[in-house]
Amino acid sequence: MDLNSLTIDAARSAVQAKTTTATSLAEAFYSKIQRDDPQIGSYLMLSKDRAFAKAAEIDALAAKGEKLPPLGGVPIGIKDVMVTRGVRTTAGSKILGNYVPPYDCTAVARMEAAGAIVLGKLNCDEFAMGSSNENSAWHPVHNPRDLSRVPGGSSGGSAAAVAADMAVATLGSDTGGSIRQPASFCGVVGLMPTYGRVSRYGLIAFASSLDRIGPLTKTVRDAAIVLHTIAGRDPMDATSAEVPVPDYVAGLEKPVRGLKLGVAKEYFGEGLDPEVKESVKAAIQKLSQLGCEIVPVSLPHTEYAIPTYYIVATAEASSNLARFDGVRYGYRASDARTLSEMYRRSRDHGFGAEVKRRIMLGTYALSAGYYDAYYLKAQKVRTLLVRDFEEAFKNVDAIVTPTSPTAAFKLGEKVDDPLAMYLADIFTVTADLAGIPGISIPCGETKENLPVGLQILGKHFDEATILRVAHAYEQAA
Amino acid sequence: MKVTEKDVGYVADLANLELTEDERAHMLRDLNSILEYIDRLNQRDTANVSPMAQVSDRYGVDESKTGSARFAYASREDILEGLRKSLPHEVALENAPDTDGTFFKVPKVIER
Repeated sequence: MDLNSLTIDAARSAVQAKTTTATSLAEAFYSKIQRDDPQIGSYLMLSKDRAFAKAAEIDALAAKGEKLPPLGGVPIGIKDVMVTRGVRTTAGSKILGNYVPPYDCTAVARMEAAGAIVLGKLNCDEFAMGSSNENSAWHPVHNPRDLSRVPGGSSGGSAAAVAADMAVATLGSDTGGSIRQPASFCGVVGLMPTYGRVSRYGLIAFASSLDRIGPLTKTVRDAAIVLHTIAGRDPMDATSAEVPVPDYVAGLEKPVRGLKLGVAKEYFGEGLDPEVKESVKAAIQKLSQLGCEIVPVSLPHTEYAIPTYYIVATAEASSNLARFDGVRYGYRASDARTLSEMYRRSRDHGFGAEVKRRIMLGTYALSAGYYDAYYLKAQKVRTLLVRDFEEAFKNVDAIVTPTSPTAAFKLGEKVDDPLAMYLADIFTVTADLAGIPGISIPCGETKENLPVGLQILGKHFDEATILRVAHAYEQAA
Repeated sequence: MKVTEKDVGYVADLANLELTEDERAHMLRDLNSILEYIDRLNQRDTANVSPMAQVSDRYGVDESKTGSARFAYASREDILEGLRKSLPHEVALENAPDTDGTFFKVPKVIER
């Protein structure tokens, strides 16, 4: 049995049946990481003590013949923007280079309570700001399919670790596409839940009205299992919604025949790579053969999504990142003589170029004289974007699109052109702004063997339908 | 050019950033390029559109109520240690760059 390629159920069952142990599973993953990760760069920190202690607990349960929890013994990785008690958490930034959190992120705590083994913390763009993982202050991540290419971002480490069998599943975060786009680039499943479905407590804030935690996995079923584990109201996050969590796994096998799937022309226009277009069209054809009804829909404000996003997200970021001041935690410049100099130098040395760019853009958009022209304007256009989806969802159950306009690009290709990098998120930011859920699943490959992603967007709090459609496609493909 | 060198300096001040000469030059170029793209938002008339701060005021709330009563589910009793114990003092200081054991220490605030 190849321990590294197991799905969640297979790994848990193997531990339950004593074919292997949680400890041997963790060891197998650490050996794989030691051997393969130097070329890929997905992990920033390994939490071996914590992992083996939890594995011993699970093994004790299995030895007694007790029923294991849903993720009993399953090795996972956590994007480094989620805080982990006693395990260094940097958000990919030098400003948090030595930060050891005193508490656990709710999503991480729920995964562990369900029996998961946290192997370590995964590389990402600094403060989750980026689309290629090249903004990590520590080192870039290489796409396991082609080491000369990016894994996508900002959850690049989370996607690459799953693709390279260095974790069964991982948690990522999505603010503008940061779960779905790397999932698409690395050929894995990535699910962004509805805003409010999963608690953000312990997620280091980038843009609080957009940020969401979700799973990256090998199968749609695994994504359903993880979502079920982390979803639901958490009193520690006032924006986590009081909405019942359905049994996502049981819902996967419901028939998709008769479901109406929207296809929006705005997602198939200029800038879409012909090979990506061909793969996505073929996937839509496949869904039609499975009995789904394909319905044209219009999302006319799509072209305004990127400009809206880069005002809303940077404005919120400039406010959220004001907390990094060198006083209570994080990096402090040692050469400052006054308090004001200490703030400035700590932030100057601690933040990377992209983070500073976004703080500057967001501060500018919120500054006196420009607030109405930029921030208020963007909030109004955000309303129009949400209305687009509300109109479309009157007629369809889900909407299918490409996840990204291209397959994985080369490392270094877009680093000098921030705007070109921002446009990599053109098909994903809309769902972040509208608060709706979206999933990316693999749908074929380009001639260069690079994965292509199919994105399925759903109604608020209706992850069940997009998981069901994704599962049906995955089983048929 | 929407943003000038002077604007870059002013905004850097607001954001508590110093920025090197080189960084300021790059920032000037990048902000102008990004804002030029963002200007396409003005193609849309939004005079009668209400702004959206976030989506969570639209879902999962008590629609029959108005104002903060819509979010009744998110409120809790205002009691000491209502959700969890506060961090012990020494734990809260553990990550600080400089402390005297009781307070966070910073460089001089008042010049004299």
